[in-house]
Amino acid sequence: MMFENINTHTSAPERPARAEGNFDHPGKFGAGPGMNDRIQKLRRLSVETLPSLSVERALHETAFYKEHYGTCSIPVLRALNFLDHCKKKTIYLGDGELIVGERGPAPKVVPTFPELTCHSVEDFQVLNTREMQRYTISQEDIDLYAQEVIPYWKGKTQRERIFSHVPPEWTAAYEAGLFTEFMEQRAPGHTALDGKIYRKGMLDFKSEIASNLAALDFLNDPEATDKSEQWKAMDIACDAVIVFAERHAAMADELAVGEPDPKRVAELKKIAEVCRWVPAHAPRNFWEAIQMYWFVHLGTITELNGWDAMNPGHFDQHLAPFYEKELAAGTLTRDEAKELISCFWIKVNNHPAPPKVGITARESGTYNDFTNINLGGLKADGSDGTSEVSYIMLEVIGELHILQPGNSVHISAKTPDKFLHAATKVIRQGHGYPSVFNPDIYIPEMLRQGKSLQDACEGGCSGCIEVGAFGKEAYLLTGYLNVPKILEITLNNGVDPVTGKVAGIETGDPLTFTGFEALYEAFLRQLHFVVDQKMRVSNYIDRMFAKYAPAPFLSVVIDDCIARGKDYYDGGPRYNTSYIQCCGLGTVTDSFSAIKKHVFEDRTFSIDRILKAVQNNFQGDELLRQTIMNRTPFFGNDDPYADDLAVRVYNDLVAVIDGKPNIKPGGKYHLNMLSTTCHVYFGKMTGATPNGRLAGKSISDGTSPSHGADTHGPSSVIKSLARLDHVKSGGTLLNQRFLPGLMRKEEDIKKLGHLIRSYFTLGGHHIQFNIVDTATLLAAQACPEDYKDLLVRMAGYSDYFNDMNADLQQEVIERTENDAF
Amino acid sequence: MMPSEVEPPREPPRQGPPPRQGLVFDIKRYAINDGPGIRAVVFLKGCNLQCAWCHNPEGISASPEKMYTPAKCIKCGTCVNACPEQAITLQSDGIHTNADLCTICCKCAEVCPTKAIEMSGILMSVPEIMEILEKERVFFDQSGGGVTFSGGEPLIHPAFLLELLIACGQKGFHRAVDTAGNVSTETLMEVARHTDLFLYDLKMMDSGLHEKRTGVRNEKILSNLNVLADSGAHIIIRIPLIAEVNDFKENIRQSAEFISNLAGEKKEVHLLPYHQIAQNKYFKLGRPDDFTLLSAPDEENLASAIKIFKEYGINATVGG
Repeated sequence: MMFENINTHTSAPERPARAEGNFDHPGKFGAGPGMNDRIQKLRRLSVETLPSLSVERALHETAFYKEHYGTCSIPVLRALNFLDHCKKKTIYLGDGELIVGERGPAPKVVPTFPELTCHSVEDFQVLNTREMQRYTISQEDIDLYAQEVIPYWKGKTQRERIFSHVPPEWTAAYEAGLFTEFMEQRAPGHTALDGKIYRKGMLDFKSEIASNLAALDFLNDPEATDKSEQWKAMDIACDAVIVFAERHAAMADELAVGEPDPKRVAELKKIAEVCRWVPAHAPRNFWEAIQMYWFVHLGTITELNGWDAMNPGHFDQHLAPFYEKELAAGTLTRDEAKELISCFWIKVNNHPAPPKVGITARESGTYNDFTNINLGGLKADGSDGTSEVSYIMLEVIGELHILQPGNSVHISAKTPDKFLHAATKVIRQGHGYPSVFNPDIYIPEMLRQGKSLQDACEGGCSGCIEVGAFGKEAYLLTGYLNVPKILEITLNNGVDPVTGKVAGIETGDPLTFTGFEALYEAFLRQLHFVVDQKMRVSNYIDRMFAKYAPAPFLSVVIDDCIARGKDYYDGGPRYNTSYIQCCGLGTVTDSFSAIKKHVFEDRTFSIDRILKAVQNNFQGDELLRQTIMNRTPFFGNDDPYADDLAVRVYNDLVAVIDGKPNIKPGGKYHLNMLSTTCHVYFGKMTGATPNGRLAGKSISDGTSPSHGADTHGPSSVIKSLARLDHVKSGGTLLNQRFLPGLMRKEEDIKKLGHLIRSYFTLGGHHIQFNIVDTATLLAAQACPEDYKDLLVRMAGYSDYFNDMNADLQQEVIERTENDAF
Repeated sequence: MMPSEVEPPREPPRQGPPPRQGLVFDIKRYAINDGPGIRAVVFLKGCNLQCAWCHNPEGISASPEKMYTPAKCIKCGTCVNACPEQAITLQSDGIHTNADLCTICCKCAEVCPTKAIEMSGILMSVPEIMEILEKERVFFDQSGGGVTFSGGEPLIHPAFLLELLIACGQKGFHRAVDTAGNVSTETLMEVARHTDLFLYDLKMMDSGLHEKRTGVRNEKILSNLNVLADSGAHIIIRIPLIAEVNDFKENIRQSAEFISNLAGEKKEVHLLPYHQIAQNKYFKLGRPDDFTLLSAPDEENLASAIKIFKEYGINATVGG
């Protein structure tokens, strides 16, 4: 069983653990980057600690389930289980910390979630020894797990519930790599918060719950019992995080007793005071506001293992009122605020994503859990959301160079150029972030999906590129769709040529197709079939989560779960969206373009010859492959021939997916065009394609052009992308590779800002710049055809990286290394 | 660099270009070093200088040229069969073209599946060029950019260039012309009427040395620059800096003095350090021996040049 190849959401090569944030220059920074000694030490600990696994949560949970399963309703059981763990778990308060709390017993220590997926002994051994993204675990702990945890959960995990109920058509399509399924490894998530937790504490939520319980009408409301259980569970979940916080307060007091440094004693007393106030009450100041969010974050990721951790949403907007009030009152300085933000940033980096199970554990992995902090953008009232806090956060991002949290800048027409310029300077550093989003398009995307204007303005992007109404929506990513593979099975009458097995339906022998339209029609029929399979099982999984793995704590902080007395997974939120993420638009467009032009128009090649060439991975027919690659209009060159095909495929994906009901009240499916790194996995599962792509090579990512297909520079790419109506999606993705030489001068960086503004004027949703590093350039030397897009720009001169001779390429590479600092 | 914007024409180029067509060897989009904002650069083929350091050698000849990249050749022989003159033979190291037989008819470049053979120089009409430039409008508008005409020497095609400049003016595009100034004063001043910014190349001050390195003396270039400055035109001076060719103090001092005496607004100077980046293009043109390996000025000379300009009140920066 293959699954997500989740990785960082840039296409930059993954770095080994110790090198995450590998932009350290020890000679230059001493203890490493950071604004002061404290931040440098905390950062260093975070970056240098290798991720490891803790069995503590699994042991607590297993013991709890053994004793209590069947004695209470499932929501209450889940809440009591959460409370039990919060009472017992090892807590951590490290030297120099100001913001406190860890999900595991220490930084970089990750718990497991056997109720969702139970790791096997083999999984642990793989995780312990694999080359990349290793998670260490002791043999003693593996033995303990094998003895205590694995036997209890056998047959009872969510993953097993799902796989025992899937139809054979689904399995055939899934095993062929036509799509993936998110929820077989982690719980639905991708959740971001609005501003409510800065106005209300857990005690306020408890009192809302209490009045709802008191008003229940058991005589007339058929759902009264279910609601009652749900509210009781939410109430217990509030207590759990309060207990968790109070344990930190007590620990801070204890540490203060033995602490010789009076300055640290004062800090520990302050920590104790903060943890006694939040999350029980609404925060009163900047420090409490950050700690408030952090406890809520930890609560949601400890209760369950939802996709994409948790996300504060517009964190700069939430903190700005506290910052401004305190700065005016003289109780906080800019540097103190920056220090607290740095502490928070490092806290997020301390939390690698929990590792997956099965073959996925061998194939893939990332430490990134995709918290994506939104900077800038618009406020709920539609005005400019940038503040001094936005700039401080950009400074922190630029200084710390750590993998997590992910971050993005939101550039509306109302956003000042000054902010865009500050952001592009951080982009210039080459860490792949911040990514850049366009509120002037994603707000209409949300309006189109039926959100109110205010809810849409308060929303943004979480995870990678997907839009959502922060604090009010469950927007579940259900999995990726391999669109080029759908064309592949169409060209083989429903059979997967890689395995020879049936994966779709019979749509006709392509040799009998009389024209391009016949082929396209067959493709559409396969697409319908595959999407139906996917939705059918996604709906089933949704119900499994609603029934067996509700999330009472997450439900407390998402409107309108409390008002409705319904769980986050059961239609409690105001908006309920299911996304299917469509991959490989560039690959499929270019393949269609090749067939249309060379087979049906120019008649350069017969369809038979192309099919044979593709089947043989182009061996023996390099002439055909080269002709296609060099003589076909490809997507990304501002050429209407290819771009119109891309628009057609995109619109048909929208037609097949968008607006289909999911099984929640008012809930609908929408598509987005995200691939994360699944294009790599899909590439491995897909044979050679008619655009000249070799078997096993990755398909195109997001809505980006196929690798090396765009040869006219970024402005042409943008023009091509802008032909798609982004408003019909829940997010598109454009990765653009840049050599550092294109951003050498201050003026160049401003021009990059203009490029972004131009794209957004034309209706683009997202753009991200990968300032290519040495590894990428070396790869470009080894495989030039995939890197035809790497521009070199000099005054009065133009050339591409691959048109330069080896010595010059070497020089560019050496210069790139120097530029990184 | 090949004209990446356009497919080779289906018809072979006719003898003697018809009116309103010009030989273009590239149109570069997202150009960020050739004037203000994001620009498109139109490279017109043909030059009346022969600079040893030229990094667009395909821009020197005013006729179409064949460029061949052996590394891309898969030795399929498609071009051999397509050549009406039987000028091409396939050998173990790739193809060989008999220059005496070749009529530069483009057939080989049209059929080559890998683009190992490409034609440099395609006849394009003003509307064809304008159609491509129009695609970039949003970037020009957003960034305060526009179009730059470069080459070669764009001013050796005055009628064509003027039509392009006028068409750009009608579209509201900012127009820059990159020139070495070795043309008649009348031509220069006629072009100046339709140009918003000149990128004026100044190679070196000593006319004898100038002739040695570029094939022409520089008196006309300097006097044209004076006339242009007198007219109130906006001018940025560009100086390619090459070690031991023109980076010595005396030349810099003379250049600075000359520039500081130019009429009108204070002139910006862009120093463009030599780069061997174009070497591959000489190979592709089949003239590897024409490539002269020179070197960029060292950091010290570069810093010293900037300092000298500063002494004359001139802001000199590195890069376009």
